[in-house]
Amino acid sequence: MKKPLSAIAHTRSGDKGDTSNIGVIAFRPEDYPIVLREVTAERVKNFFGDLVKGEVKRFELPNLGAINLLLHEALGGGGTVSLRVDAQGKTCGAALLGMEIEVD
Amino acid sequence: MIRIANGQGFWGDWLEAPVRLVDEGPIDFLVLDYLAEVTMSILQKQKEENPALGYARDFPPLIGRLARKLKERNIKVIANAGGVNPSACARAVLQLAPELKVAVVHGDDVFDRIDSFLEKGYELRDMDTDEPIRSIRPRILSANAYIGAFPLAEALDSGADVVIAGRSTDTALTLAPMVHRFGWKADDWDKLAAGTIAGHIIECGAQCTGGNCQVDWENIPDMANIGYPIIEAEPDGTFTVTKHGSAGGRVHSDTVKEQLLYELGDPKRYITPDCIADFTSIQLADSGENRVHVSGIRGGPRPPTLKLSISYTNGWKSIGTLVYSWPQALAKARAADRIVRARLEALGLRFDEIYTEFFGYNACFGAAAPPNPDPPEIQLRIGVRGQDRKAVDRFTRELIPLVLNGPPGATGFGEGRPPVREIVAYWSALLPREEIETTVEVIS
Repeated sequence: MKKPLSAIAHTRSGDKGDTSNIGVIAFRPEDYPIVLREVTAERVKNFFGDLVKGEVKRFELPNLGAINLLLHEALGGGGTVSLRVDAQGKTCGAALLGMEIEVD
Repeated sequence: MIRIANGQGFWGDWLEAPVRLVDEGPIDFLVLDYLAEVTMSILQKQKEENPALGYARDFPPLIGRLARKLKERNIKVIANAGGVNPSACARAVLQLAPELKVAVVHGDDVFDRIDSFLEKGYELRDMDTDEPIRSIRPRILSANAYIGAFPLAEALDSGADVVIAGRSTDTALTLAPMVHRFGWKADDWDKLAAGTIAGHIIECGAQCTGGNCQVDWENIPDMANIGYPIIEAEPDGTFTVTKHGSAGGRVHSDTVKEQLLYELGDPKRYITPDCIADFTSIQLADSGENRVHVSGIRGGPRPPTLKLSISYTNGWKSIGTLVYSWPQALAKARAADRIVRARLEALGLRFDEIYTEFFGYNACFGAAAPPNPDPPEIQLRIGVRGQDRKAVDRFTRELIPLVLNGPPGATGFGEGRPPVREIVAYWSALLPREEIETTVEVIS
């Protein structure tokens, strides 16, 4: 069954220079394997399209039922250089909540 | 057990927060984080214009307002409010609160040492691009080393009521009182990592007590009176995240997890001047109403280098907007964007970048935005940046004419031409830590 990521997880995003970081946290521990299976670096890069010029890296934090995504070259130069309204990637996490995933 | 509260997540955060932390319940240490990466360059410019400035100007009046209560309740304050002029900051504090003992931590400012570093053979390559710093040398505005918790703890050891630092790390502000009170050693890696992670949790103020939290946000109690975070720290490195009982907001493993992941890189290697903390070792437990217990944290040895935070000028930018109304709001805004670009091209102007967003359609999310086929209005937002100020100035005159000479239905030009701003960019590099010597100056 297809559902948006928001059905099983919450997110928070921020920045480090021109890199956006998105933390994805499963609401329930039993859904963490679905997050791991569905929210791959490749799918996240495709989801954001042109917005992410560099690579997407994924780190796992099983103790928190969470993953951390680093979206490189995703903020138009970052910080004060960027011409984007969301130069700090504050809303990247919210955007990802709309990604469709397959839920068991 | 000691209670460490954070009353300021950045310069510009809620002015009432530190006052309420002092008034609404017991705390032992009040930490205030004023510095973001680009704040130092703003402060450097202020200092160039007036040698008595260059620090967080909100800080002295706050301490003046709190001084009597800090003394009565024996609350110590630790803040990186000093910016590029911690001594001036200390003098301003003492003018308003002469009864307090103030300690200043020096040694982070390396603005005058850049050339000597280059002569020694340090290339200070940018940590993102690997470019040597020579290319931007004439344009550097400020340069500071991130310093850790131990110089701050030394300042607390001196009996100071208020500790003022320049570019200390955000997490060091919280770790320092633990080092000071618990006598942690420079190689107690697990404990230092625990204090560092406690610092990470509270360094953004209310962002761990229900602010900016996605989970059940509509029902987070009394956000108008949101409580800022308090760490109840134990000598063994375990701690509890909480807030004052009467304050609004919520402390729950959900709110704490979101903040743990905020601005995180490799979770196994959270590098600070004090240690390398492992976020995959953190164990969280909801241990009561608005209480999260944190344990199990592991850490590793501190790195042999310190990170430098360097700011430099990198051209000019301006961002202008116009609003297009229904019908066909998006099509009209797109047409206007094409016209602006054609006119800039015809003028022969060169920019490093021209970037367009359609506010109400894709500004935040880009291609990831949910479909919105017929929006009632769209704000066209065009930004340019480049090294030629004249070109950027000329751009600011190209939007308003569209109201009369472009697609129909444009408005929202009441603010006139958009301002042109100088871009202050950020450069980070590594330096062997033995190059940085800190000192503590006690003033009273």
